[in-house]
Parts: sequence; C-alpha cells; structure tokens
Amino acid sequence: MRLVKRHIEPDGSGSVTLYPEEPEDMWHAHNLIRPTDLLTAPAIRRVTSESASTGSTSSHRVHVNLTIRVKSLDFDPQAGQLHVSGRVARENKHTKIGQHHTLDLELNRNFTLTKEVEGKDGEQGWDSVAKEQLEEATNPQKKAEIVAVVMEEGLANICFVTQYQTLLRQKVAMKVNRKRDGAGRSAKHDKGVGKFFKTVLDTLLRQVEGLIEQTEEAKTIPILLASPGFTAAGFLRYASERAFATGEKLLQSLVKRKAFVVVHSSAGHLYSLNEVLKSPEVRVKLKDTKYARETRLMNEFFEMLRKDDGRAWYGPKEVEAAVEEGAVGRGGGKLIITNSLFRNQDVATRRRWVRLVDRVRKESGGDVRILSSDHESGKRLEGLGGIAAILTYPIVDLGDPEEEQVAVVNGNDPP
Amino acid sequence: MSKHRIKSVALEDDYADDYYEDDEDQSGYVEEDGMTAEDQERLRVATVQARNTLGQGFTSITDKEIQDALWHYYYDISKSVSYLKNKHTPSQSKQDKTRPAKTGSQLAVHHQAVKEPNIHHLLPSTAKDFFWDSPWLNIPFHRQAEIRIEPVFPRLGLLGGSSTGEGKMSKIAALAAKRRLKEKENEKQRGAATHTSGLPEDTASGLSKLRIATSHTLYPHKEHPLRSRHDLQSASRIDQTQETPPKGDALPPSRQQGKDKRTEDNHQLNGSQSGANVADMRAKPSMFARTLMISCDTALPLSSRPPTLLPEPVISSFDFLKPSPDDIVLKAQNFKGSKTSTSSKQQKPAKAKESITNSMENLSVVEPETIKSKNLDVLAEYKKVERKNAANFVVIGHVDSGKSTLMGRLLFDLKAIDERTMQNYKEEAEKMGRGSFAFAWVLDQGTEERARGVTIDIATHKFQTERTSFTILDAPGHRDFVPNMIGGASQADFAVLVIDASPSAFEAGLRGQTKEHALLVRSMGLAKIVVAVNKMDRTDWSKERFQDIKQQMLAFLTTAGFKSENISFVPCSGLQGDNILTRSRAPQAAWYNGPTLVEELDTPEPVNHALEKPLRMTLDDTFHDSVQNPFSVSGRIEAGSLQVGDQIVVMPSGIKAFIRSIRVDDEPSDWAVAGQNVILSLSITEADFDQINIGNMLCNPAFPVENVSSFTAKVLAFDHLMPMPLDVHKGRLHIPGRISRLAAVLNKVDDSVVKKKPQVVHPGSIARIVVELDEPAPIEAGRIILRANGETVAAGHLE
Repeated sequence: MRLVKRHIEPDGSGSVTLYPEEPEDMWHAHNLIRPTDLLTAPAIRRVTSESASTGSTSSHRVHVNLTIRVKSLDFDPQAGQLHVSGRVARENKHTKIGQHHTLDLELNRNFTLTKEVEGKDGEQGWDSVAKEQLEEATNPQKKAEIVAVVMEEGLANICFVTQYQTLLRQKVAMKVNRKRDGAGRSAKHDKGVGKFFKTVLDTLLRQVEGLIEQTEEAKTIPILLASPGFTAAGFLRYASERAFATGEKLLQSLVKRKAFVVVHSSAGHLYSLNEVLKSPEVRVKLKDTKYARETRLMNEFFEMLRKDDGRAWYGPKEVEAAVEEGAVGRGGGKLIITNSLFRNQDVATRRRWVRLVDRVRKESGGDVRILSSDHESGKRLEGLGGIAAILTYPIVDLGDPEEEQVAVVNGNDPP
Repeated sequence: MSKHRIKSVALEDDYADDYYEDDEDQSGYVEEDGMTAEDQERLRVATVQARNTLGQGFTSITDKEIQDALWHYYYDISKSVSYLKNKHTPSQSKQDKTRPAKTGSQLAVHHQAVKEPNIHHLLPSTAKDFFWDSPWLNIPFHRQAEIRIEPVFPRLGLLGGSSTGEGKMSKIAALAAKRRLKEKENEKQRGAATHTSGLPEDTASGLSKLRIATSHTLYPHKEHPLRSRHDLQSASRIDQTQETPPKGDALPPSRQQGKDKRTEDNHQLNGSQSGANVADMRAKPSMFARTLMISCDTALPLSSRPPTLLPEPVISSFDFLKPSPDDIVLKAQNFKGSKTSTSSKQQKPAKAKESITNSMENLSVVEPETIKSKNLDVLAEYKKVERKNAANFVVIGHVDSGKSTLMGRLLFDLKAIDERTMQNYKEEAEKMGRGSFAFAWVLDQGTEERARGVTIDIATHKFQTERTSFTILDAPGHRDFVPNMIGGASQADFAVLVIDASPSAFEAGLRGQTKEHALLVRSMGLAKIVVAVNKMDRTDWSKERFQDIKQQMLAFLTTAGFKSENISFVPCSGLQGDNILTRSRAPQAAWYNGPTLVEELDTPEPVNHALEKPLRMTLDDTFHDSVQNPFSVSGRIEAGSLQVGDQIVVMPSGIKAFIRSIRVDDEPSDWAVAGQNVILSLSITEADFDQINIGNMLCNPAFPVENVSSFTAKVLAFDHLMPMPLDVHKGRLHIPGRISRLAAVLNKVDDSVVKKKPQVVHPGSIARIVVELDEPAPIEAGRIILRANGETVAAGHLE
C-alpha cells in the first residue's frame, strides 16, 4: 500500500491517505479502519429524484466521494474485498448526513482515513498500535509468498501463505478406496489415488494460474507439498510424469524450475501447516518473513509452557496481572497479542489492549509482538485467549482460579 | 362403485396368495414379538406415568389398554391419557369394552334377550349395545342397515388409506376391529363347526383355501391403510361365508333364515352349486353390493371392539422402520388367541412401518427395487447356530519389526494361502530385489506398499484354527500411519505385539511405536496382548535376550495397564517360521517349550458384544463392489444387529438407505450381529452414496447417533496439553479439532478435582478437557484418542 498523504497531530488525531495496490492491502485496511473512524472513499450512489410537477421518480447513479463514520467492517479474505458500512458524515449534493452507505474499497483508488481524539466514545486516534500497523501496511518490503498443499490420501488443502495471512484457497476431498484383500483389489486403490492426484493437480494449477495473473512474482514462488507418509512424494511423481506426458506449459515450467518441494507433515489437515513451516526447507525460503518470526515465537512460547517454569502465561486476566507486576520487562519479557483484539467493536476494550501494549513497551521495556490472527500461529494464539506473555522471571501463581474462569469466558468484554 | 369393488376383490386375492406363501416360510417366527428391550422399558415407564396422570377416577383401565394407547401415541403420555379418558368416561361404554371377553354362546343368549323382534338382523344385540343411547335406535331394521352401509363403504374405498382423516379413520377402524372380534368368536366355533357344515367336498376345499388367504389379509388391515379397504370388504365377506354354517349351530333357530341367505351368497362367491335358491339370488342385479351390505351388517356390533385398537391406522402411517410386511405373524397371534393384546400390539408398529415402506417403494420411480425383509429375530437366529469362537486381533509394533511377514508366514503355514500364490509372491519379490518380503506381500497388496516395503494401511485376512475363526488386522508400524493403526485396533478384540529382537532394534522400537502402539491399544480397551518376540533367529535364539526383552516389556505393559495374566510372550521367527504353527526345530531354541504363537492365540476367550443395543457400525471403507452390488460399505458391527431389508441411517450426513445384502466374513448372510465383520450392499442413490465416507457411523434410524461439535472428555495425558489444535480419533473416524478449555486436573484415584483451570496439563496426569471439533461429527460415549503433530498426546473417554 502506498502512503499518499500523512497528517497526524502529536495528540493522535489526523488523517492519512492510502493507495491500495494489491489484495493483501485490503487486509491491512481491515486492521487499520476501526469503528467510529471517518473514512472517505470514492463511491457510486444511486440517487432518486422526484419531479416536482408530476411526482414521478427517476433514479440514476452518481460517482461521489463519500465520507462515512464507520460502523462495521466486512472483510472477505478469500476475495480480498473490504466492505465498510456506516453513516454519511459529510453532506454533499446527493446525500444527507445520517444516511447509510456501504463503501467498497477498491484497488488502485485512494481512500482517506481520519481518526479523531475524544470522539464521543473517547476514541484514542492514531495510537501506538495503529501507527505500527500503518508502518507495516506501507512498508514496501518485498513480500514472500508460498503455495502449500497439505495433503493425505483423499484430502488436500491448497493454501497461499503470505506475510500476513494464510489463505485456504481450496479444499479437495475425495473418496479413495482402501486396499482390500484378494487378488487385484489394490488396483481399485491405485486407481482412486490416481484420480485423487489428478483432481488435486488440476485444482492447484488453476489456483497458481490465478495467482500469476495477479502478480508477476508468483512465477517464482515455491509450492510445498506436505503429507504424512508417501502421498506428497507420490503426488510429485505424478506431476512430473504428467508434465512429460502432456504439453501443459504451466506444469512444465513448474517442474522445470523445481517449484515443488516435498516436506513432511503428520496429517493432511490445515493446522498441520504449522509443522510444514517449521521444516528446514521452508525456513530457508521464509527466513526473515514476519510469518516465520511469528511461528518461531509461538513455538518458543509453547516450549516454555511445556516446561511449566512459571514464565509462560496465557489468558487475558493472567497476562494483565503479569504486566501489572512488571514481569513482562527488559531482558526477554515478551507480550504476544493477536491483532484481532484491536479490531474489537468496543472502543473501551480496544483501549484496554492498547494501554497494555503501551505499558509493556514504555514502562517495562518489554517486547510486544502483534500476531496476525489470519496466520496459523495467530490462530494458535487465539486458542489461548488471544494473548500470552513470556515473563522475565517466573511467577508461580497468577490470580484466583475462579477469576480466571470468568476472564477466559468473557475475554473480549470491557473490564 | 360396483366396478371398483370388483377390482378390489381381485387385488385382494393377489395379496392373499402372496401372504399365504409367506406364512408357510415363517411360521417359526410367529411367536416373536417385535418389541425391543428399550421399547419395553419405555413402555413400562410411560405406563406408570400415564397411570399417575389418569388418577383415581380411572383405576378400571387395565395396563394393557394404557400400554396400547401409549404405543399408538408413540409414548405421548398426555395424548394417551386424554384418549383413555375419552374412552372410559361413560361407565356404560366401559362395560361395552369388557364385553369381548364373553364367549360366543353367552353372546348368543344375550342377543335373544335383547333383540328378539329383529329376526333378519345378524347379531343385532351388539349393535344395540353400541347405540344404546342413540335416539334413532328404534328405527326399523331395514332402514338402519341402509343408513350405515352407505357412509361406510365409500369411505373405506376412497379414504381408507388416508393418514390424515383421523376422525373418519377411527370409525372405519372401529368397524374393522369389531368385525375382527366377531370373527374371533366365530373362529372358536369354527373348529367344531366345519365338520358339521355339510358342504360339498369341493366347496369346502375352496373355502379352506379362501380362508387361509383371508387369514393373512384380515388382520393386518389396520396397519395397511392402502390395502385395508380390500381387506375389510373381502375379509368380512369371505369370513362370513365360512362362518355362517357353524354359526347356524350356535345361534338360535330364529336366525336360521338370515344364515341361509348368507350361505347362498357364499356359494355364489365360491362358484359352488349348493342351494336351490341360488338362482333367485343370481337374478338380482347387485349381488355384489348385497353381499357387501350383509357383511357390513355382520360387522355392526361395534361395542365388542377392543377400544384401544382405534387409532392404529393413523399412527402407523408415520414410521418406516422396517420395509416389508409380515402380516402372518400378527395373524397367527390372533389365531392362537393365546397372545395378550399387549404383545400383539408390540408387533404391530414394526409391521405397519414395513407395510407402508413397501407401498412407498412401490410408488417410487427412482428405486423400483423392493427389498423384502425376512423379519428374522436376529438374536434368536444368532443363538440358534453353534459356531466357532470368532476373534479379531490387531498386529502392532514398531516399523520393520516384521509384523506383515510374521502374519504372512502364519497364514501360509495354516494353508490360508496356497502354495502357488506364495510362489508368485516369492518370484515377484525376488524380481524387485526384496526376497525377504515375500511373506509380507500376502498382506501388503498395495503397489506403494510393495514398492516401499512398508505397510501403509490396515490389511485384513481370515484364517481358522480348530476352535476359532480369526481375522487378522495387520497394522502399519510407520509413525505416519498411526491413524490407520487406530482404525484397525478399534475393530480388534486383542492385540499381538511384534517386537524385533535383533540387537538394538528392540531398543529403537521401544522408543518408537512399540510403546505408542501398546499404549494406544490399551487405551482403546483391549485387555489381552500377545507379545511375539520376532527375529529370534538373528540373535541365535539367545535365551538371555528373550528374557531381557520379556522383563522390560512386562514392566512397561503392566504400567500401561495390562494385567500380567493377560500378557504372554512367544519367541519366534517370522521369516523361518519357528514357533508359529510348529515348534522350532533349531537346536538353539530347545530351551523354549511354551506354546507356539498359534496355540497362544487360540486360547478361547469368548467376547461379549452389545447385541441388544441399537445398531452402531463405523464404516471402514466404502466402495463399488460389483455391478450387482454397486454401493457397498464394510466395517465391524460395534453394537446391535441388522438384517437384509433393514433401514439404516448414516451419520453425520443423515442419509438413509436399505440393506440389500449382507456378507459376513465374505459369506452371504441374511443377518449380522455385533462383533462380526460385514460388507453391506446398500440400496441408495449414487449421489447419496458419494456423501458416505470412511469413518461415518451407520445407525438404527430410530436411535441415531447425534452429531456433536464439542464434547467434554476425561483423558490421560501422554504429552503436555494446552489449548491447541489436534486430531480426534475414534476408530476409523479421524477429524481435526482443538482443545478449547482445560477444565481441571483430576486425582488419579477418585477423580476429585486437583486443580481448576490449569494453564497446562502435564504428561501422566488425568484431566478433564473440552474439545471443539471443526465440523460436527457422530461421536457418542466411548473411547477417543487425541493426537497432535504426529504424536499421541492423550487418550480417554467422553463424559
């Protein structure tokens, strides 16, 4: 996303104008835009006019620049579309204040986002988290993308892994006959596997084709084939054989540049992707991406939790208590938080988490990592209540267990 | 109108013939009542509740009546109670209901006393009883008859099968039931009367034929709405014709005239020439209608009808449990008269369902095929047959410990594999440079399996010893295929753990899948384990090595929860064939004089299966078997029983299908019970079949497994547990989910809560956890295995 104009006051109020270039920018916009913000974007609105003399109505569409006060967001990660609905905040020729409108943000069209301080809900404006997200969104660093196929016999999940998201593009589920005793029965199994491979490869090529249409870079992305046992290897063999047997150009080019990498996973379900990304083959390719860092961080956290030495804690109440004690500080203290907490509809809740982040950063001097909830690691974190912390020193017991129970159940409620 | 009736008669005859044949076949099962244990229990509980609801005012109602009512209202207590109250409120009508108990002669006396003037009327007294409070009772007889007949027949003809016309139906049913009761009385008299009837021989035989036909169609008409009208007409008509002569003896002479008239009708119907006045009767144009009218007259004594039979036709229209009718059973019950009304009622709903299903199938365009259930009592059948013990065992162990080879050798030695096939395998294996794998190829049939020399999926094979028929489930040892191994172990009764005794291989195995597999089979509830210490030839049959392994394994297995008396050790060599079927001939192995592997397997230990429970079967595989049986599923029945013609429902999709054929251990069968390995051929559409997957649960439609999206389980942790994604395994079912909450860590001894809401559960502790599934799955109480990242992290059972 390109930053067109940035005008943020020291107190946090102000506006930025952004120019989204690719589908993933919509994901950034989704994180930046929050309810009660003002959003200005080009829109098409149908205007109905009534003729004064006869009372007959006619409607026509007009292109206008509309400013709305955001009420809710609807993000479709598969299509990379963001719909922002709210009420018109600035009057113009065609619309009145208070009328409802849903803005569909489009690629290659500027939009302006204004955040206010001391709105009627005590909005914080461009707080530290929002600023960080803005930095991230406008970072022109080249993004690494991989395509991963996590499969087992009869099931394949084709996903795109980007810096910030894991997108499940398509799931292929087929029945593959099991081997049966008796002569020639395994032929059915072989036939079933062959059919399964064909379907998966067809689907995969279609997806990759679509990806290449979007960005030229996609021509160099690696394709990971992960499975337990020998399914992935078998699939690679099938793909190579087919590349030689048929004249499919895309497939041939993929095979030629050795785009396929076979890795091991323990199951064909989507969450096994996490294992895939741990594998050395992938680590080399994704070395310094945000995703790799996040995955590493979560693995580190889980490792500490296993040890149960009192330095790894999760859950909103526990982490807040730990921060209160100053245990998330200099020298290894890490606050891990998913960005979905900052997308909360409720301003007060959002403020609660922003304050926690600021406190760790500024007062304790600890490290704060905001994980994408659309990644596998972020999902694992969400399973823990969306927030976790690695402490600088061990704490044996945090809080009252009864209170914890409430905290986990109402994790997202205002304090 | 008359045309319609004639048609009906013809139809009825067809039916009659059909069921006649059936009766011959099935007379053995006549006494079985179709009520399951659950039903009986439910009925009993509901009866008590209904009795309470009825209160003091209705103590006169018998349990049977309540149960009948409950049955017909599907245990809806409030409906049953209101029905009973309605029935029993006028004490007078209550009396009427008790009348059926009266004998024919009593009835006859009663008739005389009450209805002396109506000489032409047949059994008028009962009609009077029924309409005792009707203001129009004194209308002359001929008019009475007119009034009743007109509404009755059109209704029967046009609406008889309707399941919606409850009010009308009940009247029809009332007539029908009453008529049946009357026939019952007549039957009693018939035995003696047939001898004195004096009919010509040929007529008698014709009659008896007809009578048998009638007997099949007569009683089921309640459950068979579509057919009931024919039954009603023809049955009453024909029965009359037979019953009249005997009745003549029992009835007072004053009614002799009416009797004669009907005898004539009878002869008309049967085409026999017996009476002189036949000619006049024939001359009348509406002979048929007349016959029917008279028969209706006969049916009039409504009061004698047991009241509880009323709602049957309406209710029976709803359920489709069993596909094909077996009216004979019911008929025979009534025939014997020894059955209590409750037990006869127990039979009815099932049959009703069948008959309707049948008619539905006949209507269906897509599936013209009808599957006739033989309506066996499967459990009785099962008990009848003397059979060998049957046992499934799973072969487990670390990868490359020689599981498949050992089993291949065992099958070869037992001649379950013929010499030529084995020779083929040997040649092929040599060709691929894997000569030592020849025996494994008996079970490793897959292309990939042979190419890589690794078992990937469960292979099954059968063999028999003198006492037991076994099914081998050869599990893969590779860690990636533990899900397959779990699927196989879930079908087993005991386990054979194969251990590689060769130097350092045992130690490697113990760290690997030897341990995991043993833990898994234990947590799946398998109690007996036979440890085959394999590849003894590589250690030169070292006794020390064997003892060392035995000690280590014994210590491990006992801590895993196996009882020491259920663990046995056999040193053997799969490749050489020592101590498998025959004792080792190697001089170094002389120290071992225990049982061989086969002898050890063959210690009979009959396993009890939940035969009485509702049907449960996890699908092992779904496949196209042959052109005749395109839609086949296989698996082991976990609970309950099934037979050809049964309807089943497959969860989680809820797709219903009928069972077309059953193969038990590759032999065709009409039924199967829990514990048997079956292949079922289903009657189902292609589209539906595609939605059935491995791991789905096949159930009885009346008691399906519910789909759950989250459950609480008590588990033993093998690894650290925290909120995390994992795989849930239940037999062949294998679905992604996640631990959403760690509820508590529990005390190992008494299950008391040690710590609420732990952050992490440590290995070896017992915890209560909440698991959420990505998509709803048919999981009910039972053992589950939780795996994450290729390792078993916990095992336990649902709470």
